[in-house]
Amino acid sequence: ALKGGSPFQVSAALKEGRVTPTELCQKCLSLIKSTKFLNAYITVAEETALKQAEESEKRYGRGQPLGVLDGIPVAVKDNFNAAGIETTCASKMLKGYISPYNATVVQKLLDQGAVLLGKTNLDEFAMGSGSTDGIFGPVRNPWSYSRQYKEKSVPKSHSQEDEESNWVITGGSSGGSAAAVSSFTCFAALGSDTGGSTRNPAAHCGVVGLKPTYGLISRHGLIPLVNSMDVPGILTRCVDDAAVVLGTLAGHDPKDSTTIQDNFKPFDLPNLTDVSKLSIGIPKEYHAPGLSSEILSLWSKAADLFKNAGAKVIEVSLPHTRYSIVCYHVLCTAEVASNMARFDGLEYGHRSDMNKSTESMYAATRREGFNDVVRGRILSGNYFLLKQNYENYFIKAQKVRRLIANDFVKVFGSGVDILLTPTTLSDAVPYMEFIKEDNRTRSAQDDILTQAANMAGLPAINVPTGLSERGLPVGLQFIGQSFQEKQLLTVAKWFEKQVKFPMIQLEVKRHDHGAFQHQKSASFS
Amino acid sequence: MAAAARGYSGVWRRAWQRAVACNARGGAVLAGKSGLAPWVPVVGLEIHAQISSNSKLFSGSQVQFAAPPNSLVSFFDASLPGTLPVLNRRCVEAAVMTGLALNCSINKKSLFDRKHYFYADLPAGYQITQQRVPIAVNGSLSYSLCIDNKMSQMVTKTVRIKQIQLEQDSGKSLHDDTRSQTLVDLNRAGVGLMEVVMEPDMCCGEEAAAAVRELQLILQTLGSSQAVMADYEIERQIEELENGGTILNETRAFDSKLGCTVPMRDKEGKQDYRFMPEPNLPPLILYDAKSLPANMNHQQVVNIDWIHERLPDLPSVKRAKLVEQYGILPEHSFTLLNEDGLTEFFENVVKQTQMKPKKVIGWILNDLLSYLKQHSLTVEESPVSSVLLADLLNLLEKKEISSTAAKQVLAELWKGEGKTPLEIVKEKKLELIQDQKELEQICQAVIDGQENEVMAIKAGNRKVLNKLIGLVQRETQGRSNPVLVKQLLEKKLSE
Repeated sequence: ALKGGSPFQVSAALKEGRVTPTELCQKCLSLIKSTKFLNAYITVAEETALKQAEESEKRYGRGQPLGVLDGIPVAVKDNFNAAGIETTCASKMLKGYISPYNATVVQKLLDQGAVLLGKTNLDEFAMGSGSTDGIFGPVRNPWSYSRQYKEKSVPKSHSQEDEESNWVITGGSSGGSAAAVSSFTCFAALGSDTGGSTRNPAAHCGVVGLKPTYGLISRHGLIPLVNSMDVPGILTRCVDDAAVVLGTLAGHDPKDSTTIQDNFKPFDLPNLTDVSKLSIGIPKEYHAPGLSSEILSLWSKAADLFKNAGAKVIEVSLPHTRYSIVCYHVLCTAEVASNMARFDGLEYGHRSDMNKSTESMYAATRREGFNDVVRGRILSGNYFLLKQNYENYFIKAQKVRRLIANDFVKVFGSGVDILLTPTTLSDAVPYMEFIKEDNRTRSAQDDILTQAANMAGLPAINVPTGLSERGLPVGLQFIGQSFQEKQLLTVAKWFEKQVKFPMIQLEVKRHDHGAFQHQKSASFS
Repeated sequence: MAAAARGYSGVWRRAWQRAVACNARGGAVLAGKSGLAPWVPVVGLEIHAQISSNSKLFSGSQVQFAAPPNSLVSFFDASLPGTLPVLNRRCVEAAVMTGLALNCSINKKSLFDRKHYFYADLPAGYQITQQRVPIAVNGSLSYSLCIDNKMSQMVTKTVRIKQIQLEQDSGKSLHDDTRSQTLVDLNRAGVGLMEVVMEPDMCCGEEAAAAVRELQLILQTLGSSQAVMADYEIERQIEELENGGTILNETRAFDSKLGCTVPMRDKEGKQDYRFMPEPNLPPLILYDAKSLPANMNHQQVVNIDWIHERLPDLPSVKRAKLVEQYGILPEHSFTLLNEDGLTEFFENVVKQTQMKPKKVIGWILNDLLSYLKQHSLTVEESPVSSVLLADLLNLLEKKEISSTAAKQVLAELWKGEGKTPLEIVKEKKLELIQDQKELEQICQAVIDGQENEVMAIKAGNRKVLNKLIGLVQRETQGRSNPVLVKQLLEKKLSE
């Protein structure tokens, strides 16, 4: 069927009429149903999606598509506001909350004719690194059901129960979006990235995950976790697609005062052939405790790849990396405590039946509405913001944040163009193993390689690189300079071409229509 | 802290005058209850002035008085998740104008912060304010007050302005105790406020009231705010100190029903607002002519010098000009500016009459104003227009009527029956007798009838002459010019 090979194929197919937007939409909706066990979607907006597809079809019929994205099915993480659709943040606090407006990024996608299939699953309020802690349950990594994984990891008995207990997590917190893209139910998805929440699940699910520079893409309508670090993230199956989506979303938004004023010009990604002028930095601190030998080896091979192609590859140092976890913890919880203060049950969302007094209503509402991860962060954050603690914790952490950001400035200032690092410490762990540790421990472990980029506001991208011994995806991360997305994506695209990451061979037995496979990679641009 | 419009600060002022007396030197002494040594209270004030703007400080919803509840609430005002603040340029300009008018240094870089507390009328659970670096600092406000309530003795004082900060107003909550519920109206939530913080330089309520009044005039002249909201703090703290209590360094909420401030719910007595920088607003950068980058879009910047050049005349300047132009007394200029529209009325009358401004002012302040006050009318509502008053004063000036008659005519004009002064004069036969012969006859008649008085006058008692003048006045029913009558009598008596 249709899912194309090189970039621009699906769009071209739509343009040439080889497939219609409604066919494409229906196929994706059907696939969502067949892969329901992945639990990637919280809300599927079937009716509106089909309507949008019909409108797109009319435009193609007139020969007037809005652009490359016209008719392309996309999904959006459920912490982005989408008008008329439930926006829950996977929390009881917002269950049933129908948003009255579109986030700017959602509006931009719709303005380009994209077809919004639905809202994807996440950790509650984007707090977590597994996509396991939301009220709708955990997301399953599609690779759990791949031939590659089953051949390497599942014991020979192959019983249904074994499959059940063996499935691996997607990583988080944008696990639903990553799973949706990975399982072909959409061509691109939006996630968010505060400490790695787009890149981490991208690595575990074998897809491209782009964290843009802070201030490049509008946060208006993205329900915030940490206002000073959040960015909308882009998940696609190839780097070219990510560039196209970036081109649609980037640019100043008057509704978001933290977006840059400068005009943004969408770019075409050049096909880089000569990397001899490139200087790649390998930060030694990213050889972090707990980094699997597999990933270390892959990282090393990647560095060699660049070296052999003529690039300059040097070891660099980001000395304050080891303080980033605690620094992040203080700043993140402080902002969380502040951002969550609006959830009091008064204006919208969950309201407790407790009505003895306003205060008791607030307290009961917040206890009932938030899970303990959220409540824990609120309590920590309020502690750090107390007058007697503010100087020692919040101000101190801000200073450390500046030091972390300056590490990057120095390294880039010394002539390095791009940094190459692992994205995660290991491949995806089975869910049963993941839940043995609590959310905070997991987050602290898993964020170590991704979080500094959020502290410094820098762009970073996960590129799927290879499969682990267990047959699961492993990705590597490129970190670029502020607002140098073109350079970052150009290098990422070159690397993607070199490594030729294999396509997932998804086997879904548990379905009325029997097993099926997808054999071709699918990109839209 | 919320307060209503002007009538509100009036109530506050009257209550205050009961509590404190000012002594002759212009200082303040507490009307001490227990006879202990009197002490001088030092008062600082925080004034919250609502900014005159079309839309709110961080959102596009309208600012409007008395709209139906919750009809002026944007998604941001209701704290819907995912919404972000966008700074209103007009509010910044209003604060810069106010800062310049109060001789402040304008901070070219100021910052926004979140101040956290839970309350039904604060949807986000925090207020956006300027706690670390406000927009303006270190200014001063000069005001005058009269000693011992005598208008003739005015003293100029200065209070230092610590800072001016921009911040959001909260919504309104109304407690319905009968139904155990609270009704929340968010129309006012997010409206821009300028908080003007005065140093504790004032000694008493009188000074505070005068300073606040001058501030109100300045804000109205600038157009940056229409009403000044006065805090009840000063009265409460004085009463507390009088009763031997100590002042807790706390913030209090204003309870509009009780008409006083109440402590905010906090067991320790101190509220920790957990201040944090507002991460969604970059630092506010202001420019002046020197620092303005060459190719900057003018829509995107606020230029302090540009605003400075366009400041209107402040009240102190206006008053000086009135004194110079019209030859009135300084205290007259204060009264003129204190009443909405009175200066304009005065100037209109002056334009339309030959009477000297120095004389006109008496009619304005003594007659017109006292009548308006008695009937609780504003200048705008006056049944006597400037045209009518000017006509009347012209009659007086041309000596067609006496000043007593003029007052009678004015009393008639108040009725607002649409008659002109001339019509009333004719109706009531108030014209001065112009016929000299007639007057002479009447004078003679009086002289003839008062033998004893005449003898007394001739003997040297000049005061008795006034009795004769009075009698002539009575005979003429007030229609004789007393100056002329005196001349005629004297002439006759000397013959």
